[in-house]
Amino acid sequence: MLRVNTNEKVTVTFELNGRTVRGEATPRMLLTDFLRGELGQTGTHVGCEHGVCGCCTVRIDGVAARSCLMLAVQAEGRRIDTVEGLAASKDALNALQRAFRKHHALQCGFCTAGILMSFSDYLSRNPNPDEDEVRDVLGGHICRCTGYAGLMKAIMEAAAELRGARTSKGAPAQ
Amino acid sequence: MGAGRYADDMPVAAGTLHGAVVRSPHAHAMIRSIDTSKALALPGVHAVLTGEDVRALSDPFLVVLKQPIDQWALAVERVRHVGEAVALVVADDRYIAEDGADLIEVDYEPLPAVIDPREAVKADAPVLHPAAGGNELSVRDFVYGEPDKAFAQADRTVSLEVEYPRSSYTPMECFVVVANYLRGDESYDVLANFQGPFSIHPVMARALRVPGTKLRLRIPADSGGSFGIKLSVFPYIVLMALASKITGRPVKWVEDRLEHLQAANSCPNRVTKIEAAVEKDGRVTALRFDNLDDYGGYLRAPMPGPLYRMHGATTGAYDIRNLAMTNRVVLTNKMPAALVRGFGGPQLYLALERLMQRIAVELDLNPLDVIRRNLIPAGSFPYRTCAGALYDSGDYQLAIDTALGDGRLDDLLARREAARKQGRIYGIGFATVVEPGMSNMGYLSTILPAQVRERQGPKNGAVSMVTVNVDAVGTVSVTADLTVQGQGHATAISQIVADQLGIDPEDISINLELDTQKDQWSIAAGTYSCRFSPGTAVAAHIAAQRIRDKVARIAAKQLNTLVDDIVFGNGRVYSRSNPDNGAAFGRIAGTAHWSPVMMPDEDDPGLSEMAVWSPPELAPPTAKDEINTSLTYGFVFDMCGVEIDPVTMQVRVDRYVSMHDAGALINPLLAEGQIHGAFVQGLASALYEEITYDESGALETGTFAEYLVPTACEVPAVELLHIETPSPFTPLGAKGLAEGNCMSTPVCIANAVADALNVRDVPLPITPNRLNAIVAGAEPAPPPDLKAAAPAAAEVPADKDAITGAITGDGEVVVKADPAAIWDALLDPQSLKAIIPGCHAVEAVSENHYRAEVSLGVGPIRGRFTADVHLSDLVEHRAAKLSGTLSGPLGKAEGRGRVTLAGEGDSTRIGYTYGVDVGGKVASVGGRMIRRAAQLIIGEFFERLGRVATGGENGKAAAAADAAQPAAPAGTASDEAAADATPKTPPRETAPEAPSTGASSWLKRLFGDKS
Repeated sequence: MLRVNTNEKVTVTFELNGRTVRGEATPRMLLTDFLRGELGQTGTHVGCEHGVCGCCTVRIDGVAARSCLMLAVQAEGRRIDTVEGLAASKDALNALQRAFRKHHALQCGFCTAGILMSFSDYLSRNPNPDEDEVRDVLGGHICRCTGYAGLMKAIMEAAAELRGARTSKGAPAQ
Repeated sequence: MGAGRYADDMPVAAGTLHGAVVRSPHAHAMIRSIDTSKALALPGVHAVLTGEDVRALSDPFLVVLKQPIDQWALAVERVRHVGEAVALVVADDRYIAEDGADLIEVDYEPLPAVIDPREAVKADAPVLHPAAGGNELSVRDFVYGEPDKAFAQADRTVSLEVEYPRSSYTPMECFVVVANYLRGDESYDVLANFQGPFSIHPVMARALRVPGTKLRLRIPADSGGSFGIKLSVFPYIVLMALASKITGRPVKWVEDRLEHLQAANSCPNRVTKIEAAVEKDGRVTALRFDNLDDYGGYLRAPMPGPLYRMHGATTGAYDIRNLAMTNRVVLTNKMPAALVRGFGGPQLYLALERLMQRIAVELDLNPLDVIRRNLIPAGSFPYRTCAGALYDSGDYQLAIDTALGDGRLDDLLARREAARKQGRIYGIGFATVVEPGMSNMGYLSTILPAQVRERQGPKNGAVSMVTVNVDAVGTVSVTADLTVQGQGHATAISQIVADQLGIDPEDISINLELDTQKDQWSIAAGTYSCRFSPGTAVAAHIAAQRIRDKVARIAAKQLNTLVDDIVFGNGRVYSRSNPDNGAAFGRIAGTAHWSPVMMPDEDDPGLSEMAVWSPPELAPPTAKDEINTSLTYGFVFDMCGVEIDPVTMQVRVDRYVSMHDAGALINPLLAEGQIHGAFVQGLASALYEEITYDESGALETGTFAEYLVPTACEVPAVELLHIETPSPFTPLGAKGLAEGNCMSTPVCIANAVADALNVRDVPLPITPNRLNAIVAGAEPAPPPDLKAAAPAAAEVPADKDAITGAITGDGEVVVKADPAAIWDALLDPQSLKAIIPGCHAVEAVSENHYRAEVSLGVGPIRGRFTADVHLSDLVEHRAAKLSGTLSGPLGKAEGRGRVTLAGEGDSTRIGYTYGVDVGGKVASVGGRMIRRAAQLIIGEFFERLGRVATGGENGKAAAAADAAQPAAPAGTASDEAAADATPKTPPRETAPEAPSTGASSWLKRLFGDKS
């Protein structure tokens, strides 16, 4: 375990979107500030810094979590995925992105990164969600522009498409 | 994804400093002094700005009313609301800046605060701006037609009083400013997510004492939502600009959410008394309004816009020719109001449409019949309202019939009937709204009397500007006078331009960054009040048309044909009569750059057109105060069914239908996105969101745990319907449509609730608590014997009634020491230092007056406080009263308490009572969190008291090395550190008000216990 003094900057090393990254952080620095300010990964947004709005959602060891409620030093040795990394996994991004555009599921786009991270985690665990399940997960995010209607449609459609993609790739078809 | 270019994502120069703002914990106070020395001594802190610096280096912001109500970028001499910016700390990074902010010591002299606008207008109310002589800054009476006569002749009158609450639509991205003072030419270069209107640019430049050209304002291409709110970044633009000038370095500031919720802005709350003169059949012959609009601590430009933005359209969708209106502007100790989507519309329609529902109830008519009987006839457009609006087009009857049709009304009626048969609570509501688009920049001058307007010269119009540029290879780019917030403007503009030039919209590059030094803009620039469709979109259309005409002339010459024969399509420019005779758009257009010799005689080379659109219908107010407040007037008709849970009184929207006529739709998908978004914001205003203050002016809604924004789980389905009656006043026929549901939905749901419960008054937001209070009456006071149930602590009479506060509580402990030892410990500064958790120092200021420095933390908030405590009514070894304040950068508390001591053998029973009011940051975070923290702190206090009094740390009392006998039978701790004192009865608090006031409890302990 990393041991640090209050005023001392330490080197934090973790895996970000599949690559090892390192940077300097004071012990109190939030993971959001570290990602954005130190590593220049500004795709993760900051909306409330108290864990309610969901804008800063990233995946930590695969699981969606609020990066504003975590210190940078706590990420030491972990695997962090952000929206920038989603672009690399073409399947997931294309399906969600296409559906988001088709259904006008984003307006200002500020909350979008967090929502994509939540659902990239959720849909991998539950590829066949019903509307209530999707709404429940989406309930962990605040979007002030869209009224959620386009988001619901887009996520349902992307989920269906991802299921199809999995099936056609040789997953045991029914 | 992840490639957005939001303001906080933009790279900043090396050496950029970061700001943190110190904010007032008081709703109203004089600033006696500000001690910045400790902050300045902190390594990494470069500068601290206070109101005095700002006063020396800048001028107050201009206001619409010529009243002595100065506002600067920081509070000068006096604070007027909780969260008001008092100082700015500039440091190497934000963390250090916040450390510095905690070290700023502000000495306040608290003043009485006034929160309720009805109280604020009273003669004995505390006055916020004494130089203005009172809180009511403007009272204007308007009369159109002959309202008195109509009221005298009416069959009857129906009246209602409604209050629209404070709320805000809180964009997910907060304010961002990066300011750089350029010493070379003494100018400012500022990046900010400002949204306009740019009529505020001269306000900022003037405050900075520079000509407009020396304030270069750049708005990035992406913004994380605005909804009106990001107008209010402007005081911070000035503040950071000054900070950059002082430090000689770029200064960046990013607002955090707590700052946003306490000080960004809010819509004005409005109390409206409305009265109608009504015929027996429901026909309204006249209306009277008394509007009391509450703008908070300051009247920021362009306030009081919401009170006048709807002025011409005050009679809504109805053909009512007689109108009397009194508009009153009042200030109170709340955050300043400003732009919030809807902007005066929600306030107007809450009154007007609730009244229409009341007319139906009181006359026993069908509400739809009352609406229909008063609608403006379909064939009468353009229609001039009595207050001067020129409604461009519409067919309200058709819109309503279409909405009710296809069984939609029948279905709602059947649902209500079925529900009521089963004894469930169900109601139906309607709302009819005329939605203005693109404001007349002269509307606000209606607030000035006609003679004053004449002296000042007319103000009117709304200028829109767009530039279409075609480069040397024929690629098309567009810049426009708007600010991006996510509405899809780029998509719409590329579609409009592509339509003219016959090219693929995807090939058009739209750059919607705005740079006041390089781009076209006028005072109307920005994105607000639905100006895109009637304004900027039209300018784009005109600019593209000019490009098309010029390219057609070039093509005609090259292709040897007539201009009229030229056609654009599929990326080509060609002859209609001989389609083979043509060339690629880029090739023809490129001629303007490469071959001026080939240009037609009448054309200059180059290919760039800037179009200005300024419709003539937006005239200044007339001498009779008639004003066409907007260019387009869309129509919205909503209906809904709601069911109310009889146990929880939670309102559930069962079915919601929203019909829109926004003229010709530019892009249906984007339009529906705007309507869905506005609907959920309207729903939020109806049921969830409210910025609340307690009576002392402490903000109660400082986080998203208290300020309740709907999530997907709270949002019902909504059916959207459209008809299109194109506007004759804009070439595209399109009207604004993005605010309608912010205006219609709150009152539609309120009408449904009124129908469900058969009540007259429906307070917004319609929370279960409020509905329960209406249906069941006010909650009875808690049984008085609750407190009495605790065993009396001592024979000294406890006058608990004297202990008041937003949070009160009491408790007792037994400590194994005699009363004298405890008394001495409590009166000795050194003992107190050991007893008070987190205490750094205690000094005796005078007899029975102590000052202590303490560090306390609650959840995410931790800070240093100064406690100032007075002891009184001392009965030696028996009882004492205390009162005092606790203050620090995170907030303040005022408390009073009473402690009694009673000897019981070799132990002492300590009883305590306290009452506390809390303000500032600590008051606006979660109440539960603070209550929990309070329990911990109070427990720790008595644990320490026991230790000290028994000599554990101080030796004041007889040493008792063995653990004292705890009085409480249960939960006895055996370890020696904890066992000296155990609360016999757990500390109990009662917080009768909203949960967040409970936040306070822990602070008071410091007094309550300290005694």
